[in-house]
Amino acid sequence: MAPEDIFKLLAGEFGDAVEGTSTDGGHPYVTIKPESWPDVAMFLLKNKKLRLNLLRSITALDLLADDKLACVYDLMHVPTDDAEALITETFEIAVRVVTERTTPVIPSVAHVWAAADWHEREAFDLMGIHFSDHPDLRRILCTDDWVGHPLRKDYEFPLEYHGIPATTEFELTNPRH
Amino acid sequence: MSDTVLESQPDLLVDYDSGTQGDLRTEEMLINMGPQHPSTHGVLRIVLRTDGEMVLEAIPHIGYLHRCAEKIGENVQPYQYIPYTDRMDYLAGMNNNQGFALAVERLAGIEVPERAQVIRVIFAELNRIASHLVSLGTYGLDMGAFTAFLYCFREREMILDMFEAACGARLTYSAITVGGIHDDLPDGWVERCREFLDYFELKIHDYNNLLSFNQIFVKRTSRVGIMSIDECLAFGATGPMLRGSGLRWDLRKTQPYDGYETYDFDIPIAYPGGVNGVPEGVVVGDCWSRYYVRVLEMTESVRILRQAMDRLPDGPTEAKKTKNIKLPDDEVYVEVENPRGQLGFYVRGDGSAIPARVKARGPSFCNLSITTHVCRDVLLADIPAIIGSIDVVMGEVDR
Repeated sequence: MAPEDIFKLLAGEFGDAVEGTSTDGGHPYVTIKPESWPDVAMFLLKNKKLRLNLLRSITALDLLADDKLACVYDLMHVPTDDAEALITETFEIAVRVVTERTTPVIPSVAHVWAAADWHEREAFDLMGIHFSDHPDLRRILCTDDWVGHPLRKDYEFPLEYHGIPATTEFELTNPRH
Repeated sequence: MSDTVLESQPDLLVDYDSGTQGDLRTEEMLINMGPQHPSTHGVLRIVLRTDGEMVLEAIPHIGYLHRCAEKIGENVQPYQYIPYTDRMDYLAGMNNNQGFALAVERLAGIEVPERAQVIRVIFAELNRIASHLVSLGTYGLDMGAFTAFLYCFREREMILDMFEAACGARLTYSAITVGGIHDDLPDGWVERCREFLDYFELKIHDYNNLLSFNQIFVKRTSRVGIMSIDECLAFGATGPMLRGSGLRWDLRKTQPYDGYETYDFDIPIAYPGGVNGVPEGVVVGDCWSRYYVRVLEMTESVRILRQAMDRLPDGPTEAKKTKNIKLPDDEVYVEVENPRGQLGFYVRGDGSAIPARVKARGPSFCNLSITTHVCRDVLLADIPAIIGSIDVVMGEVDR
Protein backbone atom coordinates (compact mmCIF):
# COMPACT_ATOMS: atom_id res chain seq x y z
CA MET A 1 0.00 0.00 0.00
CA ALA A 2 1.46 3.35 -1.03
CA PRO A 3 1.96 5.98 1.69
CA GLU A 4 -0.46 8.37 -0.09
CA ASP A 5 -3.26 5.81 0.15
CA ILE A 6 -2.58 5.27 3.85
CA PHE A 7 -2.62 9.02 4.47
CA LYS A 8 -5.94 9.33 2.62
CA LEU A 9 -7.38 6.47 4.71
CA LEU A 10 -6.24 8.20 7.90
CA ALA A 11 -7.65 11.56 6.83
CA GLY A 12 -10.99 9.91 6.10
CA GLU A 13 -11.03 8.05 9.41
CA PHE A 14 -9.72 10.71 11.78
CA GLY A 15 -10.30 14.02 9.96
CA ASP A 16 -8.88 16.86 12.04
CA ALA A 17 -6.39 14.66 13.89
CA VAL A 18 -4.28 14.66 10.70
CA GLU A 19 -2.37 17.93 10.70
CA GLY A 20 -0.62 17.46 7.38
CA THR A 21 1.29 15.12 5.15
CA SER A 22 4.62 15.22 3.34
CA THR A 23 4.99 12.92 0.35
CA ASP A 24 7.50 14.63 -1.93
CA GLY A 25 10.60 14.01 0.21
CA GLY A 26 12.69 10.88 0.70
CA HIS A 27 10.71 9.93 3.79
CA PRO A 28 6.92 10.32 3.40
CA TYR A 29 5.25 11.05 6.70
CA VAL A 30 1.93 12.11 8.16
CA THR A 31 1.67 14.53 11.07
CA ILE A 32 -0.79 13.55 13.79
CA LYS A 33 -2.03 15.66 16.71
CA PRO A 34 -0.54 14.39 20.01
CA GLU A 35 -3.91 13.88 21.76
CA SER A 36 -5.19 11.61 18.95
CA TRP A 37 -1.97 9.65 18.49
CA PRO A 38 -2.82 6.56 20.64
CA ASP A 39 -6.14 6.08 18.80
CA VAL A 40 -4.46 6.48 15.41
CA ALA A 41 -1.70 4.08 16.49
CA MET A 42 -4.23 1.45 17.50
CA PHE A 43 -5.97 1.91 14.14
CA LEU A 44 -2.67 1.50 12.25
CA LEU A 45 -1.99 -1.75 14.09
CA LYS A 46 -5.48 -3.26 14.03
CA ASN A 47 -6.85 -2.17 10.64
CA LYS A 48 -6.98 -5.25 8.40
CA LYS A 49 -5.63 -3.41 5.36
CA LEU A 50 -2.70 -1.82 7.22
CA ARG A 51 -1.57 -4.09 10.12
CA LEU A 52 1.58 -2.03 10.72
CA ASN A 53 2.87 -4.51 13.28
CA LEU A 54 6.55 -3.55 13.44
CA LEU A 55 7.55 -0.32 15.15
CA ARG A 56 11.06 0.05 13.80
CA SER A 57 12.25 3.21 15.39
CA ILE A 58 11.25 6.35 17.26
CA THR A 59 13.42 9.32 16.32
CA ALA A 60 13.19 12.38 18.54
CA LEU A 61 13.78 15.65 16.68
CA ASP A 62 14.64 19.09 18.00
CA LEU A 63 13.00 21.64 15.69
CA LEU A 64 14.65 24.64 17.33
CA ALA A 65 13.69 27.09 14.55
CA ASP A 66 9.96 26.35 15.10
CA ASP A 67 10.39 26.10 18.88
CA LYS A 68 9.02 22.54 18.76
CA LEU A 69 10.08 18.98 19.56
CA ALA A 70 8.89 16.04 17.49
CA CYS A 71 8.91 12.26 17.38
CA VAL A 72 9.11 10.32 14.13
CA TYR A 73 7.64 6.82 14.31
CA ASP A 74 8.81 4.47 11.55
CA LEU A 75 6.31 1.69 11.00
CA MET A 76 6.37 -1.36 8.80
CA HIS A 77 3.93 -4.07 7.79
CA VAL A 78 5.31 -7.59 8.19
CA PRO A 79 2.94 -10.21 6.74
CA THR A 80 2.68 -13.18 9.08
CA ASP A 81 -0.16 -15.18 7.50
CA ASP A 82 2.10 -17.64 5.70
CA ALA A 83 5.33 -17.93 7.65
CA GLU A 84 6.84 -20.63 5.42
CA ALA A 85 6.67 -18.55 2.25
CA LEU A 86 9.38 -16.04 1.44
CA ILE A 87 8.10 -12.53 2.05
CA THR A 88 8.99 -10.10 -0.73
CA GLU A 89 6.19 -7.52 -0.45
CA THR A 90 5.88 -4.99 2.31
CA PHE A 91 5.10 -1.35 2.92
CA GLU A 92 6.11 1.26 5.43
CA ILE A 93 5.05 4.71 6.60
CA ALA A 94 6.30 7.27 9.05
CA VAL A 95 4.24 9.26 11.52
CA ARG A 96 5.36 12.53 13.02
CA VAL A 97 3.95 13.88 16.27
CA VAL A 98 4.93 17.47 17.10
CA THR A 99 4.80 18.94 20.59
CA GLU A 100 5.68 22.18 22.35
CA ARG A 101 9.28 22.75 23.33
CA THR A 102 8.54 24.19 26.77
CA THR A 103 6.26 21.38 28.01
CA PRO A 104 6.83 18.49 25.61
CA VAL A 105 4.23 15.78 26.21
CA ILE A 106 3.23 13.00 23.80
CA PRO A 107 0.92 10.13 24.82
CA SER A 108 2.74 6.81 25.07
CA VAL A 109 2.04 4.03 22.57
CA ALA A 110 3.79 1.32 24.60
CA HIS A 111 0.45 -0.47 24.95
CA VAL A 112 0.13 -0.62 21.15
CA TRP A 113 3.67 -1.71 20.27
CA ALA A 114 5.72 -3.13 23.15
CA ALA A 115 8.86 -1.94 21.34
CA ALA A 116 7.83 1.65 22.06
CA ASP A 117 8.66 1.15 25.75
CA TRP A 118 12.44 1.39 25.33
CA HIS A 119 12.35 3.76 22.35
CA GLU A 120 10.24 6.23 24.33
CA ARG A 121 12.54 5.95 27.32
CA GLU A 122 15.43 6.78 24.99
CA ALA A 123 13.60 9.81 23.58
CA PHE A 124 12.80 10.92 27.13
CA ASP A 125 16.41 10.46 28.22
CA LEU A 126 18.16 12.14 25.30
CA MET A 127 15.56 14.69 24.15
CA GLY A 128 13.43 15.26 27.25
CA ILE A 129 10.05 14.42 25.74
CA HIS A 130 7.58 13.19 28.37
CA PHE A 131 5.38 10.28 27.36
CA SER A 132 2.15 10.31 29.35
CA ASP A 133 0.85 6.92 30.55
CA HIS A 134 4.21 5.25 29.93
CA PRO A 135 4.55 2.23 32.26
CA ASP A 136 8.10 2.99 33.40
CA LEU A 137 9.39 6.34 32.17
CA ARG A 138 12.95 6.81 33.44
CA ARG A 139 16.34 7.40 31.89
CA ILE A 140 17.70 4.44 29.94
CA LEU A 141 21.14 5.36 28.57
CA CYS A 142 22.36 8.21 30.81
CA THR A 143 22.68 7.80 34.57
CA ASP A 144 19.65 8.67 36.69
CA ASP A 145 21.28 11.82 38.09
CA TRP A 146 22.30 13.23 34.68
CA VAL A 147 21.37 16.87 34.16
CA GLY A 148 19.78 17.91 30.88
CA HIS A 149 18.97 16.11 27.65
CA PRO A 150 22.03 15.77 25.39
CA LEU A 151 20.31 15.72 21.98
CA ARG A 152 18.66 19.14 22.45
CA LYS A 153 20.29 21.70 20.19
CA ASP A 154 20.74 24.12 23.10
CA TYR A 155 22.23 21.48 25.43
CA GLU A 156 25.14 22.75 27.47
CA PHE A 157 27.94 20.28 28.03
CA PRO A 158 28.54 19.74 31.75
CA LEU A 159 31.89 21.10 32.89
CA GLU A 160 32.20 18.59 35.71
CA TYR A 161 30.62 15.33 36.73
CA HIS A 162 30.72 14.24 40.39
CA GLY A 163 33.80 16.33 40.98
CA ILE A 164 35.58 15.12 37.83
CA PRO A 165 36.42 18.20 35.73
CA ALA A 166 35.74 17.98 31.99
CA THR A 167 37.04 21.45 31.13
CA THR A 168 40.23 20.24 29.42
CA GLU A 169 38.28 18.25 26.86
CA PHE A 170 35.83 21.09 26.48
CA GLU A 171 38.54 23.56 25.59
CA LEU A 172 40.04 21.17 23.05
CA THR A 173 36.81 20.62 21.18
CA ASN A 174 34.45 23.22 19.88
CA PRO A 175 31.01 21.65 19.54
CA ARG A 176 28.83 23.32 17.00
CA HIS A 177 25.72 23.17 19.20
CA MET B 1 14.17 -37.62 64.96
CA SER B 2 11.17 -38.17 67.18
CA ASP B 3 7.92 -36.29 66.84
CA THR B 4 8.49 -34.41 70.05
CA VAL B 5 11.67 -32.85 68.70
CA LEU B 6 9.89 -31.70 65.53
CA GLU B 7 7.02 -30.25 67.53
CA SER B 8 9.48 -28.22 69.53
CA GLN B 9 11.18 -26.99 66.36
CA PRO B 10 8.39 -26.16 63.90
CA ASP B 11 10.82 -24.26 61.72
CA LEU B 12 12.22 -27.52 60.38
CA LEU B 13 8.90 -28.66 58.94
CA VAL B 14 8.85 -27.90 55.24
CA ASP B 15 5.55 -27.69 53.38
CA TYR B 16 6.50 -27.86 49.75
CA ASP B 17 2.97 -27.19 48.48
CA SER B 18 2.72 -23.72 49.95
CA GLY B 19 6.43 -22.99 49.68
CA THR B 20 6.76 -22.39 53.42
CA GLN B 21 9.23 -23.67 55.96
CA GLY B 22 7.75 -23.53 59.43
CA ASP B 23 6.07 -20.19 59.66
CA LEU B 24 8.41 -18.65 57.08
CA ARG B 25 7.79 -18.22 53.40
CA THR B 26 10.69 -19.02 51.13
CA GLU B 27 12.30 -15.71 50.45
CA GLU B 28 12.49 -13.73 47.26
CA MET B 29 15.96 -12.45 46.60
CA LEU B 30 17.28 -9.78 44.25
CA ILE B 31 20.44 -10.87 42.47
CA ASN B 32 22.57 -8.48 40.49
CA MET B 33 23.98 -10.13 37.36
CA GLY B 34 26.67 -8.05 35.68
CA PRO B 35 27.70 -5.45 34.55
CA GLN B 36 30.85 -7.56 34.35
CA HIS B 37 29.67 -11.12 33.92
CA PRO B 38 31.16 -13.63 31.46
CA SER B 39 27.84 -14.56 29.92
CA THR B 40 26.44 -11.05 29.40
CA HIS B 41 28.74 -10.36 26.39
CA GLY B 42 29.71 -6.88 27.43
CA VAL B 43 28.66 -4.49 30.15
CA LEU B 44 25.04 -5.49 30.63
CA ARG B 45 23.51 -5.49 34.09
CA ILE B 46 20.44 -7.58 34.77
CA VAL B 47 18.62 -7.45 38.10
CA LEU B 48 17.02 -10.81 38.77
CA ARG B 49 14.16 -11.30 41.23
CA THR B 50 14.56 -14.93 42.24
CA ASP B 51 12.80 -17.44 44.44
CA GLY B 52 15.19 -20.34 44.94
CA GLU B 53 16.21 -21.52 41.48
CA MET B 54 13.37 -19.72 39.74
CA VAL B 55 13.74 -16.30 38.17
CA LEU B 56 10.49 -14.41 38.56
CA GLU B 57 11.60 -11.26 36.79
CA ALA B 58 14.68 -10.03 34.95
CA ILE B 59 15.17 -6.32 34.41
CA PRO B 60 18.06 -5.25 32.16
CA HIS B 61 19.89 -2.01 32.88
CA ILE B 62 21.84 -0.61 29.95
CA GLY B 63 23.86 2.48 29.15
CA TYR B 64 27.31 1.55 30.50
CA LEU B 65 28.86 2.15 27.07
CA HIS B 66 26.80 5.20 26.16
CA ARG B 67 28.77 7.76 24.13
CA CYS B 68 25.85 9.65 22.57
CA ALA B 69 27.06 8.77 19.10
CA GLU B 70 23.98 10.49 17.67
CA LYS B 71 25.18 13.85 19.01
CA ILE B 72 28.57 13.28 17.39
CA GLY B 73 26.73 12.69 14.11
CA GLU B 74 25.33 16.24 14.33
CA ASN B 75 28.83 17.71 14.53
CA VAL B 76 30.79 15.96 11.77
CA GLN B 77 30.37 15.33 8.06
CA PRO B 78 28.96 11.93 7.03
CA TYR B 79 32.30 10.59 5.77
CA GLN B 80 33.82 11.56 9.14
CA TYR B 81 31.02 9.74 10.98
CA ILE B 82 31.75 6.38 9.30
CA PRO B 83 34.42 5.42 11.92
CA TYR B 84 31.88 6.01 14.70
CA THR B 85 29.48 3.52 13.12
CA ASP B 86 32.23 0.88 13.31
CA ARG B 87 32.24 1.23 17.04
CA MET B 88 28.51 0.64 17.44
CA ASP B 89 28.26 -3.01 16.48
CA TYR B 90 31.98 -3.69 16.71
CA LEU B 91 31.56 -7.31 15.58
CA ALA B 92 29.94 -6.25 12.30
CA GLY B 93 31.67 -3.01 11.41
CA MET B 94 31.26 -3.48 7.66
CA ASN B 95 27.48 -3.85 7.92
CA ASN B 96 27.25 -0.70 10.04
CA ASN B 97 29.38 1.30 7.58
CA GLN B 98 27.12 0.06 4.80
CA GLY B 99 23.93 1.07 6.60
CA PHE B 100 25.06 4.63 7.25
CA ALA B 101 26.64 5.04 3.81
CA LEU B 102 23.39 3.90 2.14
CA ALA B 103 21.33 6.36 4.19
CA VAL B 104 23.55 9.30 3.24
CA GLU B 105 23.70 8.20 -0.41
CA ARG B 106 19.92 8.04 -0.60
CA LEU B 107 19.61 11.48 1.02
CA ALA B 108 22.19 13.17 -1.19
CA GLY B 109 21.36 11.16 -4.34
CA ILE B 110 24.82 9.64 -4.82
CA GLU B 111 25.24 6.82 -7.33
CA VAL B 112 27.56 4.01 -6.21
CA PRO B 113 29.69 2.38 -8.96
CA GLU B 114 28.92 -1.25 -9.70
CA ARG B 115 32.31 -2.58 -8.61
CA ALA B 116 31.91 -0.85 -5.25
CA GLN B 117 28.48 -2.40 -4.79
CA VAL B 118 29.80 -5.91 -5.38
CA ILE B 119 32.75 -5.38 -3.04
CA ARG B 120 30.32 -4.05 -0.43
CA VAL B 121 28.33 -7.26 -0.67
CA ILE B 122 31.55 -9.29 -0.33
CA PHE B 123 32.61 -7.34 2.76
CA ALA B 124 29.15 -7.42 4.32
CA GLU B 125 28.69 -11.16 3.88
CA LEU B 126 32.20 -12.00 5.10
CA ASN B 127 31.52 -9.85 8.15
CA ARG B 128 28.21 -11.64 8.64
CA ILE B 129 30.08 -14.94 8.77
CA ALA B 130 32.67 -13.50 11.19
CA SER B 131 29.96 -12.09 13.42
CA HIS B 132 27.99 -15.33 13.47
CA LEU B 133 31.19 -17.24 14.29
CA VAL B 134 31.63 -15.11 17.42
CA SER B 135 27.99 -15.66 18.25
CA LEU B 136 28.22 -19.45 17.89
CA GLY B 137 31.54 -19.74 19.69
CA THR B 138 30.65 -17.62 22.69
CA TYR B 139 27.22 -19.20 22.93
CA GLY B 140 28.91 -22.59 23.20
CA LEU B 141 31.19 -21.09 25.83
CA ASP B 142 28.18 -19.90 27.84
CA MET B 143 26.76 -23.41 27.70
CA GLY B 144 30.06 -24.93 28.85
CA ALA B 145 31.41 -26.12 25.49
CA PHE B 146 34.90 -24.74 25.08
CA THR B 147 36.07 -26.59 21.97
CA ALA B 148 33.67 -25.09 19.46
CA PHE B 149 34.71 -21.63 20.60
CA LEU B 150 38.33 -22.27 19.59
CA TYR B 151 37.29 -23.71 16.21
CA CYS B 152 35.01 -20.76 15.48
CA PHE B 153 37.65 -18.21 16.40
CA ARG B 154 40.24 -19.99 14.25
CA GLU B 155 38.12 -19.43 11.14
CA ARG B 156 37.13 -15.92 12.21
CA GLU B 157 40.81 -15.08 12.49
CA MET B 158 41.22 -15.89 8.79
CA ILE B 159 38.43 -13.49 7.88
CA LEU B 160 39.97 -10.78 10.06
CA ASP B 161 43.32 -11.35 8.33
CA MET B 162 41.63 -10.90 4.95
CA PHE B 163 39.97 -7.70 6.14
CA GLU B 164 43.31 -6.50 7.41
CA ALA B 165 44.80 -7.10 3.98
CA ALA B 166 41.91 -5.27 2.31
CA CYS B 167 41.60 -2.21 4.53
CA GLY B 168 44.25 -2.28 7.25
CA ALA B 169 41.99 -2.81 10.25
CA ARG B 170 40.83 -5.95 12.00
CA LEU B 171 37.61 -4.76 13.61
CA THR B 172 36.98 -1.06 12.99
CA TYR B 173 37.21 -1.12 9.22
CA SER B 174 35.63 2.11 7.90
CA ALA B 175 36.16 0.36 4.54
CA ILE B 176 32.67 1.02 3.19
CA THR B 177 32.32 4.76 2.95
CA VAL B 178 29.88 7.29 1.53
CA GLY B 179 29.86 6.89 -2.26
CA GLY B 180 31.56 3.51 -2.50
CA ILE B 181 34.44 1.80 -0.76
CA HIS B 182 37.57 3.41 0.59
CA ASP B 183 40.22 1.23 -1.08
CA ASP B 184 40.10 -1.26 -3.90
CA LEU B 185 40.91 -4.91 -3.19
CA PRO B 186 44.63 -5.77 -3.16
CA ASP B 187 46.12 -8.15 -5.74
CA GLY B 188 45.33 -11.81 -5.13
CA TRP B 189 42.66 -11.04 -2.53
CA VAL B 190 39.83 -12.67 -4.49
CA GLU B 191 41.79 -15.91 -4.93
CA ARG B 192 42.59 -15.90 -1.23
CA CYS B 193 38.92 -15.42 -0.43
CA ARG B 194 37.93 -18.27 -2.75
CA GLU B 195 40.38 -20.58 -1.01
CA PHE B 196 38.98 -19.57 2.34
CA LEU B 197 35.39 -20.30 1.22
CA ASP B 198 36.35 -23.79 -0.01
CA TYR B 199 37.99 -24.43 3.35
CA PHE B 200 35.28 -22.82 5.44
CA GLU B 201 32.30 -24.54 3.88
CA LEU B 202 33.48 -27.90 5.20
CA LYS B 203 34.11 -26.49 8.66
CA ILE B 204 30.40 -25.78 9.15
CA HIS B 205 29.93 -29.55 9.49
CA ASP B 206 32.48 -29.49 12.31
CA TYR B 207 30.48 -26.87 14.21
CA ASN B 208 27.36 -28.94 13.76
CA ASN B 209 29.07 -32.07 15.04
CA LEU B 210 30.76 -30.29 17.91
CA LEU B 211 27.96 -28.05 19.06
CA SER B 212 24.69 -27.92 17.13
CA PHE B 213 23.77 -31.58 17.49
CA ASN B 214 25.61 -32.16 20.76
CA GLN B 215 23.08 -33.78 23.11
CA ILE B 216 24.10 -31.67 26.10
CA PHE B 217 23.91 -28.46 24.09
CA VAL B 218 20.52 -29.39 22.61
CA LYS B 219 19.14 -30.20 26.06
CA ARG B 220 20.39 -26.90 27.47
CA THR B 221 18.95 -24.74 24.70
CA SER B 222 15.81 -26.45 23.38
CA ARG B 223 12.40 -25.49 24.80
CA VAL B 224 14.04 -22.55 26.54
CA GLY B 225 13.15 -18.90 25.93
CA ILE B 226 10.43 -19.57 23.37
CA MET B 227 9.29 -16.49 21.41
CA SER B 228 6.43 -16.44 18.92
CA ILE B 229 6.50 -14.41 15.70
CA ASP B 230 3.96 -11.94 17.12
CA GLU B 231 5.98 -11.45 20.32
CA CYS B 232 9.12 -10.77 18.30
CA LEU B 233 7.35 -8.22 16.10
CA ALA B 234 5.69 -6.49 19.06
CA PHE B 235 9.08 -5.92 20.69
CA GLY B 236 10.76 -5.07 17.39
CA ALA B 237 13.02 -8.12 17.51
CA THR B 238 14.31 -8.83 14.01
CA GLY B 239 16.95 -10.78 12.13
CA PRO B 240 17.81 -14.27 13.43
CA MET B 241 15.32 -13.76 16.28
CA LEU B 242 12.41 -13.44 13.84
CA ARG B 243 13.71 -16.17 11.52
CA GLY B 244 14.34 -18.38 14.55
CA SER B 245 10.64 -18.01 15.33
CA GLY B 246 9.82 -19.28 11.85
CA LEU B 247 9.17 -16.20 9.71
CA ARG B 248 10.96 -16.07 6.35
CA TRP B 249 11.71 -12.35 6.57
CA ASP B 250 14.91 -10.67 5.48
CA LEU B 251 15.44 -7.10 4.30
CA ARG B 252 17.87 -8.34 1.65
CA LYS B 253 14.79 -9.89 -0.04
CA THR B 254 12.02 -7.42 0.83
CA GLN B 255 13.92 -4.15 0.36
CA PRO B 256 17.11 -5.08 -1.50
CA TYR B 257 20.06 -2.71 -1.42
CA ASP B 258 23.48 -2.76 -3.11
CA GLY B 259 22.17 -5.23 -5.72
CA TYR B 260 21.12 -8.04 -3.37
CA GLU B 261 18.13 -8.70 -5.64
CA THR B 262 20.49 -10.05 -8.31
CA TYR B 263 21.97 -12.78 -6.09
CA ASP B 264 20.49 -16.23 -5.70
CA PHE B 265 20.18 -17.18 -2.05
CA ASP B 266 17.66 -18.57 0.41
CA ILE B 267 16.46 -17.29 3.76
CA PRO B 268 16.74 -20.10 6.32
CA ILE B 269 14.14 -20.37 9.05
CA ALA B 270 13.67 -22.61 12.09
CA TYR B 271 11.78 -25.90 11.92
CA PRO B 272 10.34 -27.95 14.78
CA GLY B 273 12.11 -31.05 16.10
CA GLY B 274 12.14 -34.01 13.70
CA VAL B 275 11.75 -31.89 10.53
CA ASN B 276 14.71 -31.20 8.21
CA GLY B 277 17.20 -32.90 10.54
CA VAL B 278 16.35 -30.78 13.56
CA PRO B 279 16.87 -32.77 16.80
CA GLU B 280 13.85 -34.06 18.70
CA GLY B 281 12.69 -31.76 21.48
CA VAL B 282 13.39 -28.52 19.66
CA VAL B 283 10.47 -26.09 19.41
CA VAL B 284 10.31 -23.29 16.85
CA GLY B 285 11.30 -20.03 18.53
CA ASP B 286 13.50 -21.50 21.26
CA CYS B 287 17.17 -20.76 21.89
CA TRP B 288 18.39 -23.67 19.75
CA SER B 289 16.34 -22.45 16.77
CA ARG B 290 17.85 -18.97 16.95
CA TYR B 291 21.30 -20.49 17.23
CA TYR B 292 20.82 -22.84 14.29
CA VAL B 293 19.40 -20.16 11.99
CA ARG B 294 22.78 -18.43 12.31
CA VAL B 295 24.59 -21.60 11.28
CA LEU B 296 22.38 -21.93 8.20
CA GLU B 297 22.84 -18.25 7.34
CA MET B 298 26.59 -18.78 7.10
CA THR B 299 26.04 -21.31 4.29
CA GLU B 300 23.89 -18.80 2.43
CA SER B 301 26.53 -16.12 2.89
CA VAL B 302 29.07 -18.43 1.28
CA ARG B 303 26.72 -18.81 -1.70
CA ILE B 304 26.38 -15.05 -2.07
CA LEU B 305 30.14 -14.56 -1.76
CA ARG B 306 30.87 -17.05 -4.56
CA GLN B 307 28.42 -15.30 -6.90
CA ALA B 308 29.82 -11.90 -6.02
CA MET B 309 33.37 -12.98 -6.76
CA ASP B 310 32.36 -14.51 -10.09
CA ARG B 311 30.82 -11.27 -11.29
CA LEU B 312 33.27 -8.74 -9.81
CA PRO B 313 33.40 -6.08 -12.58
CA ASP B 314 36.20 -3.63 -13.32
CA GLY B 315 35.73 0.05 -12.85
CA PRO B 316 35.86 2.81 -10.26
CA THR B 317 35.25 2.02 -6.59
CA GLU B 318 34.10 5.41 -5.42
CA ALA B 319 31.71 8.10 -6.60
CA LYS B 320 33.33 11.31 -7.83
CA LYS B 321 32.36 13.41 -4.84
CA THR B 322 32.32 11.85 -1.38
CA LYS B 323 33.29 14.76 0.86
CA ASN B 324 31.77 18.19 1.53
CA ILE B 325 28.47 17.08 0.04
CA LYS B 326 25.64 19.52 0.66
CA LEU B 327 22.85 17.48 2.25
CA PRO B 328 19.41 18.64 1.00
CA ASP B 329 16.73 19.85 3.40
CA ASP B 330 15.12 16.41 3.54
CA GLU B 331 15.19 13.26 5.61
CA VAL B 332 15.60 9.51 5.03
CA TYR B 333 15.26 6.38 7.10
CA VAL B 334 17.16 3.41 5.69
CA GLU B 335 17.43 -0.08 7.15
CA VAL B 336 19.86 -2.85 6.27
CA GLU B 337 20.07 -6.46 7.38
CA ASN B 338 22.80 -6.56 9.99
CA PRO B 339 23.89 -9.99 11.35
CA ARG B 340 21.75 -9.21 14.41
CA GLY B 341 18.70 -7.77 12.67
CA GLN B 342 17.51 -4.57 11.10
CA LEU B 343 19.94 -1.74 11.53
CA GLY B 344 18.34 1.59 10.72
CA PHE B 345 19.77 5.05 10.17
CA TYR B 346 17.65 8.19 10.16
CA VAL B 347 19.55 11.09 8.59
CA ARG B 348 18.15 14.60 8.25
CA GLY B 349 19.89 17.33 6.27
CA ASP B 350 19.49 21.09 6.51
CA GLY B 351 21.30 22.32 3.41
CA SER B 352 24.78 22.21 4.95
CA ALA B 353 27.39 19.45 4.76
CA ILE B 354 26.76 18.41 8.37
CA PRO B 355 23.54 16.49 9.14
CA ALA B 356 20.95 18.13 11.39
CA ARG B 357 20.09 14.78 13.00
CA VAL B 358 21.50 11.27 12.89
CA LYS B 359 19.65 8.47 14.61
CA ALA B 360 20.79 4.86 14.76
CA ARG B 361 18.26 2.11 15.37
CA GLY B 362 20.33 -0.76 16.70
CA PRO B 363 18.97 -4.27 16.27
CA SER B 364 20.51 -5.40 19.58
CA PHE B 365 18.74 -2.58 21.42
CA CYS B 366 15.34 -3.80 20.26
CA ASN B 367 16.22 -7.48 20.57
CA LEU B 368 17.33 -6.97 24.17
CA SER B 369 14.09 -5.21 25.13
CA ILE B 370 12.28 -8.56 24.92
CA THR B 371 14.37 -9.93 27.85
CA THR B 372 11.94 -9.03 30.63
CA HIS B 373 9.06 -10.56 28.69
CA VAL B 374 10.87 -13.87 28.03
CA CYS B 375 12.82 -14.28 31.28
CA ARG B 376 9.71 -14.68 33.42
CA ASP B 377 9.41 -17.82 35.57
CA VAL B 378 12.45 -19.51 34.10
CA LEU B 379 15.31 -21.33 35.82
CA LEU B 380 18.33 -19.30 36.83
CA ALA B 381 20.57 -21.47 34.65
CA ASP B 382 18.44 -20.64 31.60
CA ILE B 383 19.19 -16.91 31.82
CA PRO B 384 22.65 -17.21 30.15
CA ALA B 385 21.07 -19.48 27.52
CA ILE B 386 18.40 -16.90 26.66
CA ILE B 387 20.65 -13.82 26.78
CA GLY B 388 23.30 -15.62 24.72
CA SER B 389 20.79 -16.65 22.06
CA ILE B 390 19.71 -13.02 21.64
CA ASP B 391 23.36 -12.29 20.72
CA VAL B 392 23.63 -8.69 21.87
CA VAL B 393 26.55 -6.37 21.23
CA MET B 394 26.49 -3.78 23.96
CA GLY B 395 28.41 -1.20 21.95
CA GLU B 396 25.37 -0.88 19.72
CA VAL B 397 22.73 -1.18 22.46
CA ASP B 398 24.24 1.80 24.27
CA ARG B 399 25.61 3.70 21.24
